[in-house]
Amino acid sequence: MAQRTTEIIVGLFIIAGLAALLFLALQVSGLSPKAAGATYKLHANFNDIGGLAPRGRISMAGVTVGTIESITLDRETFQARVTMSIHKDVDNIPADSAAVIRTSGILGEQYIDISIGGDLESLKEGDTFYSTQSAMNLERMISNFASGR
Amino acid sequence: MMDRIAALGRTGLDVIASLGRACQFLAGVVGGVPKPSVGFPLLVKQLYAVGVLSLAIVVVSGLFIGMVLGLQGYTILSDFGSEAAIGQMIALTLVRELAPVVAALLFAGRAGSALTAEIGLMKATEQLSSMEMMGVDPLRRVIAPRLWAGFISLPILAMIFAVVGVWGGMLVGVEWLGVYEGSYWGNMQASVDFVDDVLNGLIKSVVFGFVCAWIAVYQGYDCVPTSAGISSATTKTVVYSSLAVLGLDFVLTAVMFGNF
Repeated sequence: MAQRTTEIIVGLFIIAGLAALLFLALQVSGLSPKAAGATYKLHANFNDIGGLAPRGRISMAGVTVGTIESITLDRETFQARVTMSIHKDVDNIPADSAAVIRTSGILGEQYIDISIGGDLESLKEGDTFYSTQSAMNLERMISNFASGR
Repeated sequence: MMDRIAALGRTGLDVIASLGRACQFLAGVVGGVPKPSVGFPLLVKQLYAVGVLSLAIVVVSGLFIGMVLGLQGYTILSDFGSEAAIGQMIALTLVRELAPVVAALLFAGRAGSALTAEIGLMKATEQLSSMEMMGVDPLRRVIAPRLWAGFISLPILAMIFAVVGVWGGMLVGVEWLGVYEGSYWGNMQASVDFVDDVLNGLIKSVVFGFVCAWIAVYQGYDCVPTSAGISSATTKTVVYSSLAVLGLDFVLTAVMFGNF
């Protein structure tokens, strides 16, 4: 085979490999080329985060509006402090909204659902949710029920 | 009794000597990269023989492995009513494990054995020695392009394997069994991380490509130059490459994904 044909085919092979890597990056791992400045940070303190993990989803009315950035333990209140990055275009979350931990499906991953309040003020970069609702813990619910509380 | 111990000792010495020769050989090959003007056409030719011609078997097996994962995953996950997690399962198994390992095993069988036989036959027909007589270093001219071609091709093949597998899983899961396409991709994107999963899989396939290509060219170069010697060298290439890939996979997985 002519050298040039071989070179073209090998070039196509390498392009196919790079395209495959790009597909794995963008479509399979959901890496978005969006700039880092396109989000803003909010905080929320929970008594119990259950199985919540970083990179988890934040949703409003079922629509994903951001991801969980980090989860740390507040050493003074012994609560979990969750930092979330919310898309910049959702900048009108009412200040009295609540962050609720929910589970998708019966075995699905846990995510934070923002239930909307009615305040005219909205949350800004670095604000903390005033009211939160922790993860539902089945064992604790049963033991509460059994001990009659 | 003493004979047995002596035989054991001899085997041990042989293994160590062979490992030493392999490392010396590798140093010679890596150190002796030909000039780009001469080396590039040689490399392209080998990339074609080693990489492009392995594409068919890699694509077909990737497709079928993805489809089987889709079927099996659906059967198990639908017991828990969470068949939407099928995308996550298929993508994680493919990207982390199956794409690097299965592509490397196929590569060892398809391309590694061919490299060994080719180099072994060159040695048996004294083409390598006549090159040396002409003042051409066979390590540079024959071995180095083949080693580099294997090293470059396998990661590309593994990435293509993963993509075709994900697509095959979608074919079965979404088109055939009726999982929603949105939850297939959504679950996948929520659970697969680019650095942790995709890049670690890529690193695995780079390591496997290096090991497979090294074993293949070394076995060919070191073989006994008879027809029986070439056949045993070809067998050794496939066996050693497969064992090395599976063993290294465990070590790499423990380092990358085992939290310690």
